[in-house]
Amino acid sequence: MITEHIDAQLPDAITDRHDFRGDQTIVIGAASLLPVVDLLHREGFQFLVDITAVDWPEREPRFDVVYHWLNMASQERLRVKVPVADGASVPTLALQFKTANWFEREVFDLFGISFSGHPDLRRLLMWQDFPGHPLRKDFPLDGGDAFCMEGCTAPYNNGERRG
Amino acid sequence: MDSIDLSQLKLDGDRMLVNMGPSHPTTHGTLRIVLELEGETITRAIPEMGYLHRGVEKLGESLSYQQFIPLTDRLNYCSSLMNNVGYTLAVEKLLGIEAPPRAQQIRVLVSELARVADHIVCVGVNAVDIGAFTAFLYLFKQRESAYDLFELASGQRLHTSFTRIGGLFRDLPESFVPKTEQFLVECTAAIDEVEALLTHNPIWRDRTAGVGVITAEEAVNWGYTGPCLRAAGVPQDLRKSQPYLGYETYDFDIPVGTTGDVWDRYLVRVEEIRQSLRIIRQVLDRLEPGPIIVDDPKVALPTKDKVYNRMESLIHHFKLIMHGMEMPVGEVYSATEAANGELGFYIVSDGGKNPYRIRVRPPCLPIFSSFEDQVKGGLIADAVAVLGAMNVIAGELDR
Repeated sequence: MITEHIDAQLPDAITDRHDFRGDQTIVIGAASLLPVVDLLHREGFQFLVDITAVDWPEREPRFDVVYHWLNMASQERLRVKVPVADGASVPTLALQFKTANWFEREVFDLFGISFSGHPDLRRLLMWQDFPGHPLRKDFPLDGGDAFCMEGCTAPYNNGERRG
Repeated sequence: MDSIDLSQLKLDGDRMLVNMGPSHPTTHGTLRIVLELEGETITRAIPEMGYLHRGVEKLGESLSYQQFIPLTDRLNYCSSLMNNVGYTLAVEKLLGIEAPPRAQQIRVLVSELARVADHIVCVGVNAVDIGAFTAFLYLFKQRESAYDLFELASGQRLHTSFTRIGGLFRDLPESFVPKTEQFLVECTAAIDEVEALLTHNPIWRDRTAGVGVITAEEAVNWGYTGPCLRAAGVPQDLRKSQPYLGYETYDFDIPVGTTGDVWDRYLVRVEEIRQSLRIIRQVLDRLEPGPIIVDDPKVALPTKDKVYNRMESLIHHFKLIMHGMEMPVGEVYSATEAANGELGFYIVSDGGKNPYRIRVRPPCLPIFSSFEDQVKGGLIADAVAVLGAMNVIAGELDR
């Protein structure tokens, strides 16, 4: 089991763990992300399936960055969660895993979590001067001001509202 | 905005910028690629997406688990049945339930039909983009037949919403099985004809072989899944490696390529159509009568005659509609092998009626992110071939 290997080689890296419906989950701090990823890579977890985040506004630290890994040899999956405070950043994985490049851009775009060392951290889905981060829980479902164009620089017409 | 900056880039006299998209015949949905050319050689390719972003994940947080199913139709709209199946499997994993055997068999049946339809679109449209129009017509006739089958099963051609949590929305009509038998015969013949038109066609081979080559290690590093990964030589197919819906009991093969170029992707897709037809044949042979949804009033809506005639059923119906299902607190990631690759759903539940967070892992986003890498140094005509073979579906890409 991969979690035992992590325990043996990087003691105290895992701060929390659970196993729900067969999904192994470990929680680690942002500081131990890179060593854990190196270890995972050596242990055969070479497929970074997905990066996303979850917003817990009442909790401190506020966000969880969630990584899903797959070991293609043993078909074992592992979920790694990194709690991160609002305004703090997580080290990027884009240098080791090219797939992380766009996934991290998406998380940055929709949650406003920055990834330190990312080669090209721009918004991916929303336009560049879009205000706010849509998947945060405090972002209104109807889009709020961002779509009313009042006080928002639209990408066309020099940012001014016509008429 | 980035794209505006791009189009105002100061270029020296030898280079020029070409916009592909957001509305372009070869971009398959609204996405935009800014190509910087030197002669006909691509020196830079900047993909831009988000034109079809409708906030599916945000919307999902305000909808009940059952209400999210129609949104999954609109992810990969060429094979919506497979998205329905993938999503309901994720919720069933969260609930810890399993659909009855007949429902599972029908799910396999419609998933494979959807895979055939999706590969047909991909191969056919890729051929049109490159200039082979005839093959497209042979293939699209079969696609129409497949969509007729979807309509027969679910009442809709594209936005099927066929599955329900715990099973299916309704059973297959009687005429479905004979029509599928007929489809198997006709589709096999059409694939033979298309292979005669394309596989042995030197022009098609010249246009596709050696274009978009990728090694197995690179493909894994880029997060490739599905036919594009298998074309690069990695035999990863979730139907074999992490079987769901009883795929381990069906007899089928996983085609694998060697170079990962557009030619190999085409061959892998054509062979996958044949293998899917094989699976459909096996499902038709073993289709057994039985219930199509779990018999659990906390999950599945009771039948109409029970709702009208029995008090408890009426209460269950009311509770399910008004309060939703009782979900356990927890998080699951469930992945299925969709036509483009691994379609994953990551659901975080806080025990409420709606998911706390629902994440769709689209197979074509990591594949498309390698676009610049794939076409740099190639010709502009190759960019069209690569884009088609990646099978980028904007509905799934942008969500």
